Amino acid sequence: MILPALAPALSVAVPLAAAFLAVVAPRPRLLVGVTVPAMLAVMALAVLGVRQGGPLVLAVGGWEPPLGIALVADGLSTAFLVATALTIGTVLVVALPQFPIRQNETRAGWAFWPLAFLLWAALNAVFLSGDLFNIYVAIEFVTLATLALVALEGKAKQVEAAMRYAMFALFGSLAYLLGVALLYAAHGTLDIGLLAQLPAQDTASLVAAGLITAGLAAKTALFPFHAWLPPAHAGAPAPASAMLSALVPKASFYVLLRFWFDAMPEAAGAIALQLLGALGATAIVYGSILAVRQNRLKQLVAYSTVAQIGYLFLVFPLAGGSAEPQPWTAGAWTGSVFHAVSHAFAKAAMFLAVGHAVLAAGHDRMSAMDGLTRRMPMTAFALGVSAVTLMGLPPSGGFTAKFLLLTAAFASGQVLWAAIIVLGGVLAAAYLFRPLARAFLPDRGRYGTVPRAQQALPLALAMLSVVLGIVSAAPYDFLQTGRPAAAEEGLE
Amino acid sequence: MNQALPLIILATALVPSLITFFLAEDRVWVRNALNLGGAVLKLALVVFMLAEVGRGQVYQTEFELVPGLSLVLRIDALSLLFVTLSTVLWLLTTVYAIAYLHGGKNLPRFFGFFSLCVFATTGIAFSGSLITFFLFYELLTLATWPLVVHKGDAASIRAGRTYLGYTLTGSAILLVGIVWLESLTGPVAFAAPPQLAGLDAWSLRAIFLLLIAGLGVKAALVGLHVWLPQAMVAPAPVSALLHAVAVVKAGAFGIVRVVYDIYGIALVQEIDMGLPLAAIASATILFGSIRALTQHGLKPLLAYSTVSQVSYIVLGAALFSQTAVVGGLVHLVHQGLMKITLFFCAGVFDERAGVHDIDEIDGIGARLPWTSVAFTLGALGMIGLPPIAGFASKWYLGTGGLEAGQPWVVAVLAVSTLLNGAYFLPVLYRIWFREPGPNAAAAETEGPAMLLAPPIATAALALAAGLFAAAALSPLGWATLIVERQYAP
Repeated sequence: MILPALAPALSVAVPLAAAFLAVVAPRPRLLVGVTVPAMLAVMALAVLGVRQGGPLVLAVGGWEPPLGIALVADGLSTAFLVATALTIGTVLVVALPQFPIRQNETRAGWAFWPLAFLLWAALNAVFLSGDLFNIYVAIEFVTLATLALVALEGKAKQVEAAMRYAMFALFGSLAYLLGVALLYAAHGTLDIGLLAQLPAQDTASLVAAGLITAGLAAKTALFPFHAWLPPAHAGAPAPASAMLSALVPKASFYVLLRFWFDAMPEAAGAIALQLLGALGATAIVYGSILAVRQNRLKQLVAYSTVAQIGYLFLVFPLAGGSAEPQPWTAGAWTGSVFHAVSHAFAKAAMFLAVGHAVLAAGHDRMSAMDGLTRRMPMTAFALGVSAVTLMGLPPSGGFTAKFLLLTAAFASGQVLWAAIIVLGGVLAAAYLFRPLARAFLPDRGRYGTVPRAQQALPLALAMLSVVLGIVSAAPYDFLQTGRPAAAEEGLE
Repeated sequence: MNQALPLIILATALVPSLITFFLAEDRVWVRNALNLGGAVLKLALVVFMLAEVGRGQVYQTEFELVPGLSLVLRIDALSLLFVTLSTVLWLLTTVYAIAYLHGGKNLPRFFGFFSLCVFATTGIAFSGSLITFFLFYELLTLATWPLVVHKGDAASIRAGRTYLGYTLTGSAILLVGIVWLESLTGPVAFAAPPQLAGLDAWSLRAIFLLLIAGLGVKAALVGLHVWLPQAMVAPAPVSALLHAVAVVKAGAFGIVRVVYDIYGIALVQEIDMGLPLAAIASATILFGSIRALTQHGLKPLLAYSTVSQVSYIVLGAALFSQTAVVGGLVHLVHQGLMKITLFFCAGVFDERAGVHDIDEIDGIGARLPWTSVAFTLGALGMIGLPPIAGFASKWYLGTGGLEAGQPWVVAVLAVSTLLNGAYFLPVLYRIWFREPGPNAAAAETEGPAMLLAPPIATAALALAAGLFAAAALSPLGWATLIVERQYAP
């Protein structure tokens, strides 16, 4: 069984190699045609390996921590790897006709491919790193690739959005790095597994935890650090937006999850956890209200991401904080991961579908939706299905996530969070049904179209988020692989 | 077989729906064959199950999604009451819709969502646990919205927005109630009601209110009914579906489940929620009838009539009497048959003579005799004239009210009957006794058969349900069986 053990290394190496090849031999069709199936195969190996043998640990160069660094693939990281592979894989295929290299060569057409592959490699590196400094490096690569993707077409607005993002991201990186340095000074290790065994109630650790959390929250675009997200995600070309909105905030959230639940589970004070929850709740309400007020499709979808990110942070008050796992802990923790994954599928599908609608209409005003059910039924369907997930309605992964979070909120007696979760769903309906209703209007004027095969891809991605809601038992169990036994118990 | 049958029946609606979405607009025959084929197959399976369940068989399928969230499909006598109604009416409505929308636009989308609605309704009926019920209930909301906005004009979009605003908020409230309840008791299955007796009475009351408020939106209880008359802008087959088969019935059915299969009527009385629920139902009955009086349009009149009539079901469930429950349950079927007849006929009047308002209907009986006869039967049934089905419902409800020691129920029914007469009889008078107006004069002849047969069939069924109410397999017989089997103290 040497092959599954190699899966972690391959899932970083393969996209990285593709990124280099895309620079020296820019042939996107060939690269996508080889890389995407190869990565799906690697994912299958990783899933098989984790299911059969538990977490896969690869000590790079044969050096065990704390001397060396480890790549760890447990249930959680593998879930994020698979979600990333499916999302980016689809995005890249959709992007093929939108970023051609051969005909009328443009900078955007050329630069998109290495950046996209680099982003993929960097994301996977984040998900696999078992070491806080390693994570720092990987996250910096994510930021770099994101920055370049936002500014890809070089228009003034995009460059401005990229600059704004750079400011927030830089602050985030500095804060995170400072925190990491403090931790290293205090404990002499940055390995997550080793940190977990140390007592972490000293001042240095707490300050470090605060800095790390603030830095990562800025990168996740948690309210009040959200201001960079809408212009950046709405400004980038649709396939880039799809990756940025669906995956990039999840990377920093993933690290937060690792940090609070694996590295320093006992450091979290009740106030800090409630504060994170409150920021998440504010993001849900505030982001949704702003989304309702948008008149541009891509802006609306981008603000929806601000709101949806808020749900992720409810995991901290609902599952975090006590040394003794409560019966609802596993449900809340898994619920937030379900939310992250199904939102990734749905948001990527939505950006891709909106991108198609915008391509056909030539602009991204609301009227680009007019008559969509008739002109491009598959695109309309993709939008509808992904909207169902974002609203958290059954049957979808979004509903499963919401149900698990709601159950935890009631079981732990934190009814306020339950109210926010439910309110967020209604608000999501308010901003999503506005464009959807227009799809039923008759269309006026002239519209282009998009080939059916292209339209089918976002639909497939959106359906994945529904499948996650129907076939949720296996993913639920899979996610628990490698978690401490006590935390696996769910509410019955 | 016992495990697979619920799934197969669900598939008879889901599979045609999914295929229909992807059919090209001009493949009319494939589309019609699929939808009709699904409906006929489903009817055959349901008839088979009626016989089996009548002999005491219970079907159950269950699989777990995540801890605490299981999909439970369970078919008992109450499920079958609802499923049989929706299956028969689905078949007829499909026939009607094919003729009514003939040559229209966006038909794959329409029939796709139409079948999806039926799938969701069937799922609601088959739900064996509260959360399963919720899954299908929410799916129904989503599947009906595209039908409401089908015409794609500004009024439809507005109606769609109101519809979603009410129903999604209602479901959100319902979900809170469900999760709260399950956080106290664990997953709630209808077959094994949770032990609620030891719980805090105020929590129980609050949860009850949340559940009923959430369900009351679809059941169009007074105050939560606003979406229903607005949704009348949808094409006639959709109105028929909303009013008789799917949406309002899903709400009423849910209320029956909550009162009888979750709380139990005894506990509902104990926490003093029975009387308020009966009072709200009565208020809705009177309110709907009074509003119906002031309508000029035929479809708005029928809409307010629905608001009023659906609450008979709720009233039956709220009263502490077996007879009253029988009356409520049987009205689920009776109201469905009569109301769908009226909507079918309203659609024909519109299609053949351009009748929208009540004063345009003068003398239409001479031009469209069959439709007018069907309409008359439906209307008289609504008023409660024997031997049409509506009479049996009212009789049982009234008797039940007396049994429960609530004689005022009889007064509510009497006033409601007078009001029913007051808004339906003038319409009947205009149809039969006025000189033909411009609409009647310009009306086309009756036909095609596919438009005419469904209302005649449902009117005949409504009449038969009343005439043969004493038979074991009549809706009344079945409702009595349900109550004896499941709810006998």
